[in-house]
Amino acid sequence: MNTNRIVGKSVPRLEGRGKVTGQALYVDDIVLPGMLFGATVRSRIPRGRITKITFGPGVDWNEFVIVSAKDIPGKNCIALIDDDEPCLADGKVNHPEEPILLLAHPDRRLLPQAVEAVSVEYEPLPAIFSIEESEQHSQIIWGADNVFKSYLIEKGDLDAVWERADYIVEGEYATGAQEQLYIENNGMIAAFDPQQGLTVWGSMQCPYYVHKSLVKLFNLPAERVRVVQTETGGAFGGKEDYPSMIAGHAALLAMKSGRPVKIVYDRMEDMAATTKRHPSRTRHRTAVSKEGKILGGEIEFAIDGGAYETLSPVVLSRGAIHAGGAYYWPSIRIRAKAVATNTPPQGAFRGFGAPQSLFALERHMDRIAQVIQLSPAEIRRRNFIKPGETTTTGQTVTEAINLGKLLDRAMEISDYSAKKERFAKENRNSTRKKGIGLASFLHGAGFTGSGERFLSSVVGVEGCAEGTVRILVSSTEFGQGTNTVLCQIVAEALKVRYEDVSIARPDTQEVPNSGPTVASRTVMVVGKLVQSAALGIQQTLEASGLLGATYSPEEFRAAVRAYVAKNGKLQALARYEQPEDIVWDEQKYRGSAYAAFAWAVYVAEVAVDLTSYSVSVDDFVALQEVGRVLNPVLAKGQIIGGIAQGIGFALYEKVIWQEGRMQNGQMTNYIIPTSADLAPIRVYFEELGNVHGAFGAKGIGELPMDGPAPAVINAVEDALGVPFRSIPLLPEDIFDAVANERERERFSPVAGDRR
Amino acid sequence: MIEPPQSHTKCEISFQVNGKLVAVRAYPMERLLDVLREELGLTGTKEGCGEGECGSCSVLMDGVLVNSCLVPALQAKGVNITTVEGLAEDERLHALQQAFLDCGGAQCGICTPGMILAALHLLGKKPQPTIEEIREGLSGNLCRCTGYAQIIEAVAEVGRRGIAG
Repeated sequence: MNTNRIVGKSVPRLEGRGKVTGQALYVDDIVLPGMLFGATVRSRIPRGRITKITFGPGVDWNEFVIVSAKDIPGKNCIALIDDDEPCLADGKVNHPEEPILLLAHPDRRLLPQAVEAVSVEYEPLPAIFSIEESEQHSQIIWGADNVFKSYLIEKGDLDAVWERADYIVEGEYATGAQEQLYIENNGMIAAFDPQQGLTVWGSMQCPYYVHKSLVKLFNLPAERVRVVQTETGGAFGGKEDYPSMIAGHAALLAMKSGRPVKIVYDRMEDMAATTKRHPSRTRHRTAVSKEGKILGGEIEFAIDGGAYETLSPVVLSRGAIHAGGAYYWPSIRIRAKAVATNTPPQGAFRGFGAPQSLFALERHMDRIAQVIQLSPAEIRRRNFIKPGETTTTGQTVTEAINLGKLLDRAMEISDYSAKKERFAKENRNSTRKKGIGLASFLHGAGFTGSGERFLSSVVGVEGCAEGTVRILVSSTEFGQGTNTVLCQIVAEALKVRYEDVSIARPDTQEVPNSGPTVASRTVMVVGKLVQSAALGIQQTLEASGLLGATYSPEEFRAAVRAYVAKNGKLQALARYEQPEDIVWDEQKYRGSAYAAFAWAVYVAEVAVDLTSYSVSVDDFVALQEVGRVLNPVLAKGQIIGGIAQGIGFALYEKVIWQEGRMQNGQMTNYIIPTSADLAPIRVYFEELGNVHGAFGAKGIGELPMDGPAPAVINAVEDALGVPFRSIPLLPEDIFDAVANERERERFSPVAGDRR
Repeated sequence: MIEPPQSHTKCEISFQVNGKLVAVRAYPMERLLDVLREELGLTGTKEGCGEGECGSCSVLMDGVLVNSCLVPALQAKGVNITTVEGLAEDERLHALQQAFLDCGGAQCGICTPGMILAALHLLGKKPQPTIEEIREGLSGNLCRCTGYAQIIEAVAEVGRRGIAG
């Protein structure tokens, strides 16, 4: 029974009022006195040496502040995992949006023509644009072999299973780049003061990432760099690493000009130059028994990282670990690699590698089902991982998850079996072909393996003079509900009113480093820490004699007031300590990859119109086990929003590349779902709880991105009887596939070898 | 942003914003969006794409829903404009604003002002819209966070209760 007063309730979004009244201040809403506007001169070729830069006629260059790589006081890099990405190109360029020069002027209207008037001459070098070109080594553009990172995950004796297999099923699957398309473009304001140092304000997920990179770029002591998050209009991973670049640029212009400088990208620059979801290719080879049991499998997972390493190693890691999905593999070998190409670096996008490898797996499960003539539901049911069994990295499932029951419930809610049968009949005489598809999957919450131990996050809770409490974290709000849910956790832990808890603005001068706001870690990991810090406050008050063992919210406020009046400060900190049962071997890539997994079964119903070849998603059932739901309205909002992005990933969102550059960097020609495109999405939660999260919560943000694409494409195949192996799947792709299918005499309805 | 060559000189343009008469000096072809944000400090109106696709800069102009990034300042002469700042009365939120809060219609908040104005425009035409009509009526305003469901719920709720409710 739920005895909590605040956790589990849909309290209103903490900063919601400012958002609905237009009072919330985003970076572009902020004007500082004497502020200049900055712009970026970028490479126009994918790879080459810069031979000459000319400042053309028609522009009064004396009015402009101009910054080049020579103006960088520290190391010319955006420090992240590695330091390989330059802040400004110094002599050579490796992708067609690489920043070369920065310009600033008081009148932002003059910047576009000034950027155009700078002409850069190059000695071009041959460039590569795909995973295949990169692995063929026709050009080596990064390191010794174009490989940023590779992993090998091995379990069991895979080599022995091929002989025993009744079936061996192979398949290759691909996913395209996807733009995060937060509606607020990236932007930063920087100010430099020779005494105080550097301050930047802007749209971001990770203030301490920006801080780390500025310290290195400017060679300044940490305390002289201050990073403040402004209200952030969506991020989805797209504001994890690139804000460090823009902050560096604005700061360089601010230092050189002595005035504050604002850089806000327009939509086209944001879409073309900043990161997107890694394109991927996954190859499966699976040994299956005639009873439909997976005996073992080989998975090759490759992602295109673009020109610099940035976050690719960790995206790859999550993608590789999720490649085996929610199934039990007695033996497996997963080879994963992230390779370099001459496109702008790809980066974080909700799901972080998992939507790519899970698309492949969930398509492949349908393929296996066809080959051995089981239903898609049955092949999954026979292979679901169960408590006590181990994942591909050897992590024992300790949660009491019952995926079979989850599947039953999702099928019942969606009326899966009856619809599947009915559609098959109705489709014979219809040009509107209906289909139903499902995907079952999991998503690990928090940093992978030892990640949380290395992050070693710190949070604080403090008492304020008026008797309220305030949370101190660098975890950011960008729509997901961080502010609200963390305040709910503290209010619940302290048995005070939600209204008596506030949260500090993420400002590196004021808040400790609670880690980046990524990886579905905020509610589970940071939430647990603020709960513990809150209890620290309560214990301090009790020890001081100001608070009894039981108290009312008013008594608590009075105790805080009295303590602060007497001692000046009331603060408690909590630091992450890895639970003993989480053991990870980074070398062998074995052990507990995640403290907890969220689990889900999604069912999509589609109709394909054979006059327009467009696909409509007519019904969508999303059933998930996410531990405890701390705020039902916000949680539902996360799930539906993620599914909308997943449907876009599957059916709408196609980045058109030419020579490494995005050609359709506009909302006019890069299409995301509108309100008219989305059917009602029906959301259901199972709540098993979780010992590692605050009040039993697990991570929730990324899970809903993983399942929609395979569920939808499985449904499209069910409707048409034509297999599709890559997304995005646009009407023209369906037209081609159907036309090809009609041309081809098909002797066997499915591929795959009967042994 | 780049002004055409024939419009080098600023002119005085007066119009009403949220019931108040204002006069600004602006280039005739300057975007109404920039005039609102930079000259009048009404930063609740947001820029998302700058080409009339996303609807974040939606305002009502004489009751018509427009993308203020596509409206030249001169066209605002003598009109009556409503921005998100004109909806709440003192501390009391407009029914749509309250419903967006209650239903989870605002996540990151950047599309919210434009979305609320689009919803207001829809309810002006159809006080009790069906779900289909809401989906259609808001389809010019993009949201990347919500998947629209909780926005649609908020608008339907106001339709049921009435704007004054």
